[in-house]
Amino acid sequence: MTFLRVLAMILTAFCAAAVSPAQADDAALRGIIAKFAETGNYSQTRAIVAELAASGDPAVAGVLNALADGDVHVRTSDNQVFITKDAGKITRVFDPLTGEALGEEPKNLFEKVKVNNSLRRAVRDALSSLTLGSADPAKRLQAARTMFASPDAASIEALDAAIGKERDAGVKAALEAARAASVLISDLPDDEKRGAVERLGARADRETLSLLKAFAERSKGDLKAAAERAVSSIESGLAFWAAAQNVWYGVSLGSVLLLAAIGLAITFGVMGVINMAHGEMVMIGAYTTFLVQEVIRGTAPWLFDWSLAIALPLAFLAAGAVGLAIERGIIRFLYGRPLETLLATWGVSLVLQQTVRTIFGPTNREVGNPSWMSGSFQLGELAITWNRLWIVVFALAVFAALLYIFNRTAWGLQMRAVTANRRMAASMGIRTPWVDAFTFALGSGIAGIAGVALSQIDNVSPNLGQGYIIDSFMVVVFGGVGNLWGTLVGAFSLGILNKFLEPYAGAVLGKILVLVVIILFIQKRPRGLFALKGRAVEA
Amino acid sequence: MRGMLGSISRRISAGLLAVGLVAGGPALAQEDTIKVGILHSLSGTMAISETTLKDVMLMLIEEQNKKGGVLGKKLEPVVVDPASDWPLFAEKARELISVDDVAAVFGCWTSVSRKSVLPVFEELNSLLFYPVQYEGEESQRNVFYTGAAPNQQAIPAVDYLMNEDGVERWVLAGTDYVYPRTTNKILEAYLKSKGVADEDIMINYTPFGHSDWQTIVSDIKAFGAAGKRTAVVSTINGDANVPFYKELANQGVKAEDIPVVAFSVGEEELAGLDAAPLVGHLAAWNYFQSVETPENAEFIEAWKTFIEDDNRVTNDPMEAHYIGFNMWVEAVEKAGTTDPDAVIDAIVGVSVPNLTGGTSTMMPNHHITKPVLIGEIQEDGQFETVWETSGLVVGDEWSDYLPDSKDLIADWRAPMSCGNFNVATGKCGGKGVN
Repeated sequence: MTFLRVLAMILTAFCAAAVSPAQADDAALRGIIAKFAETGNYSQTRAIVAELAASGDPAVAGVLNALADGDVHVRTSDNQVFITKDAGKITRVFDPLTGEALGEEPKNLFEKVKVNNSLRRAVRDALSSLTLGSADPAKRLQAARTMFASPDAASIEALDAAIGKERDAGVKAALEAARAASVLISDLPDDEKRGAVERLGARADRETLSLLKAFAERSKGDLKAAAERAVSSIESGLAFWAAAQNVWYGVSLGSVLLLAAIGLAITFGVMGVINMAHGEMVMIGAYTTFLVQEVIRGTAPWLFDWSLAIALPLAFLAAGAVGLAIERGIIRFLYGRPLETLLATWGVSLVLQQTVRTIFGPTNREVGNPSWMSGSFQLGELAITWNRLWIVVFALAVFAALLYIFNRTAWGLQMRAVTANRRMAASMGIRTPWVDAFTFALGSGIAGIAGVALSQIDNVSPNLGQGYIIDSFMVVVFGGVGNLWGTLVGAFSLGILNKFLEPYAGAVLGKILVLVVIILFIQKRPRGLFALKGRAVEA
Repeated sequence: MRGMLGSISRRISAGLLAVGLVAGGPALAQEDTIKVGILHSLSGTMAISETTLKDVMLMLIEEQNKKGGVLGKKLEPVVVDPASDWPLFAEKARELISVDDVAAVFGCWTSVSRKSVLPVFEELNSLLFYPVQYEGEESQRNVFYTGAAPNQQAIPAVDYLMNEDGVERWVLAGTDYVYPRTTNKILEAYLKSKGVADEDIMINYTPFGHSDWQTIVSDIKAFGAAGKRTAVVSTINGDANVPFYKELANQGVKAEDIPVVAFSVGEEELAGLDAAPLVGHLAAWNYFQSVETPENAEFIEAWKTFIEDDNRVTNDPMEAHYIGFNMWVEAVEKAGTTDPDAVIDAIVGVSVPNLTGGTSTMMPNHHITKPVLIGEIQEDGQFETVWETSGLVVGDEWSDYLPDSKDLIADWRAPMSCGNFNVATGKCGGKGVN
């Protein structure tokens, strides 16, 4: 085995020397690149990509990357090929091989070399063999992963060479996995393959699983047994991660429910106002985020990553002010008349929706994700997206802040006092109408900041609020009216329940089942999970 | 409460009045203007898509009036708001036809709204031009389908992925209602006829406005990790698309690995999100704003001027209205009257230019000929055409891939004049309308 490997290394070194960068000369590469001007369809373009890749010269990586990004253009006047970058009405022109800037020219002189998905894939595969020797470990890792995803027996030698040189442990592991994947489909002797199966058995992802499954099908004897053992160990690992994933998705859905419902937990839960316009407060928060981002885009683009932080207080104030106006203007006349409150607030919600539709138009508004809320990171086999993670953190922070206000501040004390016994509170000198107004404004403001978070994962459209109103009531009623902790526990248990049902029952049936569960639960415990006890209940 | 009763009794009396007027004789038809009904939701969930179509109709009517109207008369738009409420569509259609006495109606978006107005148009014998791609399995005498039938959108898209991209495994993801369910039924039958195995097809439905796509996207990822090229065919409708694409991007699903081809995502939908992470995902339509033809350039220019906003985009259903409206104008000129029966007879065979450089023709099955374009999403939210049919495709109302509709054809010319003629039994009738 060692002998073979040494031989392979020598061979690789030999090959590398034969087509070393120094020897693939500039003019020849430029000749190949110039063919982009003549290409008429994707398969011709693909042939050129293959030819460039075969040169083995890392210098072509630039033009290949640009091609995948749609930045390779042909100047129509003289059929010259360039890399270009859009800059408004003009375009910046670069040399395709050296990347040297050649100045700026009008955009309409250039025609794009068209690319589609299969071409982009061809470019990516071609780049992986070119960047295997890159100085940047991230690029090497990317190359190794690409080669793992599309294993090829012919690349084993190159991989061996790369593994020999590799210092970075993570990249080395990825390279070895790519090599093992390639060995499985090669003609190498059985003990090589056995080593590869062991090597892959230590991984626990779906790609490996399907590789090993396919291998188990076509192999025989103890090799097949080894592969099957590896398959079953990976499968049990994946089952654990699948459960972990459901819990995480449930927590994430729960945090969204919590955010949507927590404002309602105050207006409905604490004050007892059936507030159908609650969803519209969320919408107002989301539109505030949109406005903030618009202003930032227009005046101070470097602030974009801070846009959500800036939007938070503004959304709180905007939604809170609207809430205050609704309480002072409508709801205070309707205390103690729940049906009329329901109808009136529903009317308010329609008015708010149509107002927003008139001002901002019926179409969705684009709210961008700041860079720290885009993408995901890998935790074992779990892809955790940053936006969901931050929303979980944010929901818990809002909950904690609200709990503090309720239990540790004078205002919170007054709110609780008014809820518990209005007349007693009034005779103690509390101005109950203003406590009502500001409690309602607080609930609305909290809904507004929920809107800032929800704008990151949902559409910002006039209908935004409608999607959350039912869920919010569900959470508050399930958790127990008048209890913040109930809302927290209710939101997370509904979220997790939903996510465990979804893979089996599907999204539609899952939702229905959750509703059925809640209805049954309410039959058993009409006051929800955490029932409020005492005089307030009877009042 | 009194207000509600008042409005109901007003409505009843308006209805009675209308009946009286219609019975009163044709004197009413002799007016200086020809009224054109516009039946698109301006509020509620569908307002997001339909408001644009109302505006484009107003623009087309205004332009036609500048050219001198139709039959020497000016056109007068009558706009009503069915508010995304399906039964209200039927009510408003009735109002347009019997109270406002419109010559034709341009409207509807969702299939359920179309199904809701069908009996009204049949009963009152008026014309409906329906501009949205739909599931087929229908052909009605009073309706003209200017959007795509499944064979003008879904099937070519699947063909493209299968032949050009080597896709072997399919996720059919849709919103849970009639259009995705029927389309997916046709696609499933089609894929199986092409030799795709059961375990290589995954079908998934989600409710309207679904926003938590984490589980489904990770399922798609897992499904795509089986070592075969995988693609998602998406009939996800409306608002749910934005969070779906956001989740795809965040979970790192790239178009090179698992492309998504969508039938309901156009320029207008993309205007609501940051398109950068979506580059390379596909859509199949009969029109893209990016198509470079003189007609299209003129149309875009006219639209931006009319709507007074340089950032507004054009999309496929707008083109369908453009074609449908011009066909109606031509048919009315040809018939010399706006009488529905005469127009129905005159419109079959009428050809008008579409915006992609060809000519669309109204076929006897009340569907039109269209080119099929597959486009990849670009960073600016526009599409780049990566493939198109070499010629125009005739809309096929009854799918050839479903067992109970493959023998049916529609031909509204005399003497057949049937929407569901069964070629096996030689009789008119069977599944569907009538």
